Amino acid sequence: MSGYNLSHLKQLEAESIHIIREVAAEFEKPVMLYSVGKDSSVMLHLAHKAFAPSKIPFPLMHVDTQWKFQEMYKFRTLMAEKYGVELLVWINPEGKDISDPFKHGSDKHTQVMKTDGLKQALGHYGFDAAFGGARRDEEKSRAKERVYSFRNEFHQWDPKNQRPELWNLYNAKVNKGESIRVFPLSNWTELDIWLYLLREEIPIVPLYFAKERPVVECDGTLIMVDDDRMPLKEGETPMTKKVRFRTLGCYPLTGAVESEAETLEEIVQEMLLTTTSERQGRVIDHDAAASMEEKKKDGYF
Amino acid sequence: MTEQAYKIQEEDLIRDDITEYLRRHETKDLLRLLTCGSVDDGKSTLIGRLLYDSHMIYEDQLAAVTKDSKVHGTTGDDFDPALLTDGLKAEREQGITIDVAYRYFSTDKRKFIIADCPGHEQYTRNMATGASTCNLAVILIDARHGVITQTKRHSFICSLLGIKHVVVAVNKMDLIDWSEEVYEKIREDYNAFVARLGFSDIHFIPMSALKGDNVVDHSQNMAWYDGPTFLHHLEGVNISTDRNLIDMRFPVQYVLRPHLNFRGFSGTIASGFMRVGDEVMSLPSRRASRLKAIIGPDGEIAEAFAPMAVTVTLEDEIDVSRGNMLVPVKNLPHVGNEFEAMVVWMHETPAKAGRSYLIKQTTNMVPGVLADIRYKVDVNTMRKQAGGEAPAVKTVQRGENSSDFNERSDSTFNELNAATELQLNEIARVHITLHRPIAFDPYEKNRSTGAFIIVDRMTNITVGAGMIVDRVVPKPKSSAPVSKNIVKTASLVSDEDRRKLLNQKGATLWLTGLSGSGKSTIARQLERELTDMGHACYILDGDNIRHGLNRDLGFSMEDRSENIRRIGEVARLFNEAGIIVITAFISPYREDRKQARAIVNGGIVDDGETVQDVKIEKDSSASTISESSERFNGLNEGGARLNDSTNPRETRFVEIFVDTPIEICERRDPKGLYKKARAGEISQFTGITDPYEPPQKPEITLLSADLPVNQAVGLVIEKLRQEGIVG
Repeated sequence: MSGYNLSHLKQLEAESIHIIREVAAEFEKPVMLYSVGKDSSVMLHLAHKAFAPSKIPFPLMHVDTQWKFQEMYKFRTLMAEKYGVELLVWINPEGKDISDPFKHGSDKHTQVMKTDGLKQALGHYGFDAAFGGARRDEEKSRAKERVYSFRNEFHQWDPKNQRPELWNLYNAKVNKGESIRVFPLSNWTELDIWLYLLREEIPIVPLYFAKERPVVECDGTLIMVDDDRMPLKEGETPMTKKVRFRTLGCYPLTGAVESEAETLEEIVQEMLLTTTSERQGRVIDHDAAASMEEKKKDGYF
Repeated sequence: MTEQAYKIQEEDLIRDDITEYLRRHETKDLLRLLTCGSVDDGKSTLIGRLLYDSHMIYEDQLAAVTKDSKVHGTTGDDFDPALLTDGLKAEREQGITIDVAYRYFSTDKRKFIIADCPGHEQYTRNMATGASTCNLAVILIDARHGVITQTKRHSFICSLLGIKHVVVAVNKMDLIDWSEEVYEKIREDYNAFVARLGFSDIHFIPMSALKGDNVVDHSQNMAWYDGPTFLHHLEGVNISTDRNLIDMRFPVQYVLRPHLNFRGFSGTIASGFMRVGDEVMSLPSRRASRLKAIIGPDGEIAEAFAPMAVTVTLEDEIDVSRGNMLVPVKNLPHVGNEFEAMVVWMHETPAKAGRSYLIKQTTNMVPGVLADIRYKVDVNTMRKQAGGEAPAVKTVQRGENSSDFNERSDSTFNELNAATELQLNEIARVHITLHRPIAFDPYEKNRSTGAFIIVDRMTNITVGAGMIVDRVVPKPKSSAPVSKNIVKTASLVSDEDRRKLLNQKGATLWLTGLSGSGKSTIARQLERELTDMGHACYILDGDNIRHGLNRDLGFSMEDRSENIRRIGEVARLFNEAGIIVITAFISPYREDRKQARAIVNGGIVDDGETVQDVKIEKDSSASTISESSERFNGLNEGGARLNDSTNPRETRFVEIFVDTPIEICERRDPKGLYKKARAGEISQFTGITDPYEPPQKPEITLLSADLPVNQAVGLVIEKLRQEGIVG
């Protein structure tokens, strides 16, 4: 019997593929939310495997804030071509060309461009299921998140009113207007993601790898000068530092870390030897310990 | 915080040879466990400790927790590991955990997924949810309080959900001065009550989660404990044999049609394994074909096994769609629209008998009716309570332990609880009728095809979860035979007459053991010896029977069971005629042997029970669930009910376990079968790909590796003399 065992990574892969297929089979109009980050890369790759040799039977959607790194936009196009999948881009028309994290702050920018933008897009297309790449190990409030996370017609998440989830029997029943956020990577950890990227040779945005980049220091965080919208203080000139990004978001809200890691192995090595957690690089998590829970109730992923 | 030696090594490895480190971690396996404990047993503390001691907490998270400790914590300014795990704001403010939370950590041997289950009284629902995906349960006991009602409840739910491995964490040893005596008492108490639940592996560890003793590091305070630490034990538990690799079941999830020349059926293999060229049948249509190709996540493969997600193509164009199940032609599950199940109710709105729901099982979502609530099980006492109507398997006699049950069923509690309703967190055996047939197996045999959820048709909420017990049991109208014309005629010759005539008592010597263990050799020698002593005996040979009486039977689950039933019936007839029967079948499954024992020992005489009735009894004992609930009522293993027939017959079934290590059997390999099995020429072979379940209480165990055949035979005859079977 010993010959018939699957490694943890292959078990996670099988479980995710099962979830992705289940959604494709049971929902009328699913969509995969694509953030261009490494977890999205893994999720897209799994979707490809789930339906090969057919094409992925649902579109990708990127809720764009217009403030992502340039390299992310390039990578986005590249991936849609590589996997032959339809890519939808949604920019909240109310904030389009107006919202500016430098002027309006991270909270308002995120609320308008991401949270509101996402709700609009789901409503606009009438999607009844949306895949997201969130993992339960990312943040404490996510530990109780279901694989199928039910949202009412206002896209709200009620932590006390989630459906019990047993075995691999997911309940896809929704009424009109209601939807399910689906997290096929729920049981993956940060390390699993890296191991899988390595094993499967999945491409990720080059920003994850250390390279000399122009940065400025804002309140102790290194921010990369990605375009000329970056307001520089009087006499401030960007420094060139060898940095990489542990997570990717809007460039003004994403801190870089100084690093020498130029390969996946070196990134994992660095990650395991450092003692600060992944999300610290994201400005939005910091407010209060339970802030993520509040944002989720409101419809943020 | 002391450092475990291997952890330091891991850090060195990360620094010095990251490639090797990654290689090790890529190949590690996965253990899913759940933690159950009462509110103050220190469950969150234990998990926090594991995460902390195995370095899964980063400094900034720790800083946040230390900050929180001052606001919410119970440890003053000290670090409170529990705060690492109590996630949601509401529950932190209430100080209790209200929902299943999933935690992750890993060592270089294993990745662990913890389903952290709240232990509060009303949360049976959550525990069932957590247990449904787990291999192992950690039952926390506060050493100051010992085994309490909640301990029993948690253990029962774990057993109901099919968990095989249990770790009993006796926590807070620091508060009882690390007393070995107290620990031993708890061990005894737990063992005494848990014996009825059918766990295959129970392990006890004394610890202090708060102080860290025996969690990751060995305790300096309990030198008397020389077992593994908690983490070390979790790393070593063998779960690979828990899976069902025998019965291939492939529920079709999705049909792929990229172009006209390709029609693929995607799904997750629920159990068993498949190979290109295998003959398969689609259920419920019963159309057969062969597997043409198997496409795994990395491309085409020759064989695949549970729980892989694959796509298969078939040789023939048969109609297959989502909700159908591909199975081996020679090993079919049940197909039908009625079954009985144990159900956990999960919603405030009670279940009502007669109401219609949606049932999701494998990839089927089918409307169905909760036709009947047979009886409820009290999770605290693990005893039956009367249901809507008389329970299907009515206990006809009272074992000495069953008085509690009788008290219980008469209690006012049941009268208050309308028996046609099932409240939140209640567990009951129910009868479900679906609008169309599905393919299924009993949950005990198959956790994937025997499980289902119940969805409310109006609100769409998941309101219940169920585990199939067996095919539907027809409600016995009365205890009369199927046909009124069947009347048992009494013989003019009594058992005693036959005994005197033959100078022996009819008995069945049931030899069980691996292939090559020496069963047949011993059986033949035994037959020779007994005959030479002047006794009438006869070997019932499996192959011979399959050539004649059983030639219509294959090797499906039903057929295997029927095969054993017929052999049992034949043996019983021989025994009644006064003949000693010797059988030598591998008979790897406990349940099958139990069934044979029931038939041989009891018979179906005198009390007017029909053949049908015996089948019911037998079928229902085929699952742990009903078996467990039977046992809760104090019924003994092996069809105690049958023993209580008015016929005061003595035990005739003698189970003889020929206990030979597999290495030796394989070395002997008299028929060359192990070689073939190892070479993959035989796909299902006991000991290699299929499990052998050793008897728990055989009448005789023969360690045949060190025992010459004549001595083994001598031992058996000695026993037969003691039992008065031979003179």
